[in-house]
Amino acid sequence: MNNSNPKTLYDKLWDSHFVGSRSDNGNLLYIDLHMVHEVTSPQAFEGLKIKGIGPRRVDSIVATVDHNIPTTDRSKGLRGIKDTISRDQIQALQINCHDFGIDLIDLNDLNQGIVHVVGPEQGFTQPGMTIVCGDSHTSTHGAFGCLAMGIGTSEVEHVLATQCLVMNKQKNMRISINGLLKKNVFAKDLTMFLIGKIGTAGGTGHVIEYDGSTIESLSMEGRMTVCNMAIEAGARAGMIAPDEKTFDYLKSKPHSPKGDDYETALSYWKTFHSDENSNFDTVHNFFAKEIEPQVTWGTSPEMVIGVKDRIPSEEDYTSQTERNNFEAALDYMGLSAGDSLENYSLDQIFIGSCTNSRIEDLRKAAEILDGNVISKKIKRAMIVPGSGLVKKQAEEEGLHETFISSGFEWREPGCSMCLGMNPDQLGEKERCASTSNRNFEGRQGHLGRTHLVSPAMAAAAALAGNFIDISS
Amino acid sequence: MNKSISNIFSGEAVFLDKANVDTDQIIPKQFLKSIKRTGFGPNLFDAWRYLDKGDLNSDNSKRKLNPDFILNHDLYKSCNILITRENFGCGSSREHAVWALTDYGFTTIIAPSFADIFKNNSYKNGLLLIEIDKEKIEEIFKQITEKKTINIEVDVHNQFIYLEEKQIQFELDDFKKKFLLDGIDEVGFTLQHQNEIEDFEKNYKKTVPWLFK
Repeated sequence: MNNSNPKTLYDKLWDSHFVGSRSDNGNLLYIDLHMVHEVTSPQAFEGLKIKGIGPRRVDSIVATVDHNIPTTDRSKGLRGIKDTISRDQIQALQINCHDFGIDLIDLNDLNQGIVHVVGPEQGFTQPGMTIVCGDSHTSTHGAFGCLAMGIGTSEVEHVLATQCLVMNKQKNMRISINGLLKKNVFAKDLTMFLIGKIGTAGGTGHVIEYDGSTIESLSMEGRMTVCNMAIEAGARAGMIAPDEKTFDYLKSKPHSPKGDDYETALSYWKTFHSDENSNFDTVHNFFAKEIEPQVTWGTSPEMVIGVKDRIPSEEDYTSQTERNNFEAALDYMGLSAGDSLENYSLDQIFIGSCTNSRIEDLRKAAEILDGNVISKKIKRAMIVPGSGLVKKQAEEEGLHETFISSGFEWREPGCSMCLGMNPDQLGEKERCASTSNRNFEGRQGHLGRTHLVSPAMAAAAALAGNFIDISS
Repeated sequence: MNKSISNIFSGEAVFLDKANVDTDQIIPKQFLKSIKRTGFGPNLFDAWRYLDKGDLNSDNSKRKLNPDFILNHDLYKSCNILITRENFGCGSSREHAVWALTDYGFTTIIAPSFADIFKNNSYKNGLLLIEIDKEKIEEIFKQITEKKTINIEVDVHNQFIYLEEKQIQFELDDFKKKFLLDGIDEVGFTLQHQNEIEDFEKNYKKTVPWLFK
């Protein structure tokens, strides 16, 4: 690298994929991996069919079903799905993949799972890549030093047809976090804490690079959790420079390069980091010791507090708009200003989603549940593993026995109650401790009340029937 | 095949007094099961607009409207310009949110800021997004509160909006303006640069051969 012109990780990802500018000044960025799922792809494939063209590079596309599928018994396959509208959408993906020769990891494949769990665990996700998917949580893959972004359906069609995404170069933000995390404070708490600090629009127009000793200390699973919620801070992409942990993780994955290719890839991957003295548009610094176990109280991920903190009061907000938002959120969530979150009983517990459904998350939940039974106040508690492989691994370790004997339901992999497109939903006014990523109104079910937490907090709350301080 | 917008047009505006309106609110998840691009308008802001829970099988004409929701007021039923607060369209990447807004009849959304993915989805579907300062939005809010209705003229080519003797300039990327006004198909347009894509690919393949199967 030329030291007179230091580049950030994002600069390097951009430069290595920049094809050129169109005559209208739209920049074309080359895309290496395109992940496809059933919900945001049918209209894109229809567009290709109308135009009479196919995908430019079928070898760059991987499809799976995750958003819309049931997480209960799937032994009857497609025929077993009772909701005919859901079934049609899943079938549409099967037909489109068949027609265009795209690899589909289908409903009953052991490798099936949430698209952002499947990509990394199969080794499709690699450092230095550009990755897109018609899903905003594509930012997850940035944990490997990729430029990974959620796109809309028109963009899905555009990438299928041209292998390129049209975009302006974003601003570059660096968030550094240093020091040791406290006991029972995890990557999830860290990423929610950051959103609370910079706000849900704090990263708009930016990509975020996370660095510092706290980030380095995280496992790949933890780093994925951090980047997953970059979009909740408004940034289309979050990223972390790859290191030995990244390379070790990838070594044994089915689709990562092997033999000599691995060695060549490794030296290429090692170039993807921000150079010393490279320039960021925006910089934030935090210390891990500031972070307590986090719980959201409101209807936006930025409405978050430490579990020991009080729910805010009107005086905490200066403008009328903020106050209106505060009042509306409090009212929707059925909470009182200034109260402790420990005072509210929970109805449901959801451990899963592309944020927190990996093996490390399940191990942490099992550790807390071990030998205990969930509170009688809880109407339903479920654990939805992120993929068939995560499920298998958990069963080999006997985690599922801990879950089942403590009163949790042990489900088949999928997005499930993170967005409630399938039958896994909250009832009206039901309160849920959820390890997912969005606490928007109605997200987990019409008039449902979502509190976002880490898997450890969700498990502890399941036992207590309400949130409790797990830091002591 | 894309929808184009007029160079100059005007319309009545409605003010949605909320910040951080996410795409889950614009079009709730149960409607994403549709495999079409059309028909989402009746379910725009579904959970705010109706008192019951709807799905793709609902007969929306028989559902009970929420009388407190601004779009249900007689004054605002035929508005085609939505004015709102910061960070509109945050959250999920679902393009269905844009399809619902245009299907309902909105041509333009004016706000202090929009979420990034929503911005890209909008110009591809002929939905014009205009970003103006918070203070100016606040002034418009006051005017609408006083006068109940307000007419806004939009000059896309020169990037101005005109309202109540005031003119406000806005930013718009060249390529977005082109697609909004011409309504041409972007895939076809990019494919005119096919040679450049092929040249890039040839070189790139030498750098990362393991990514090509």
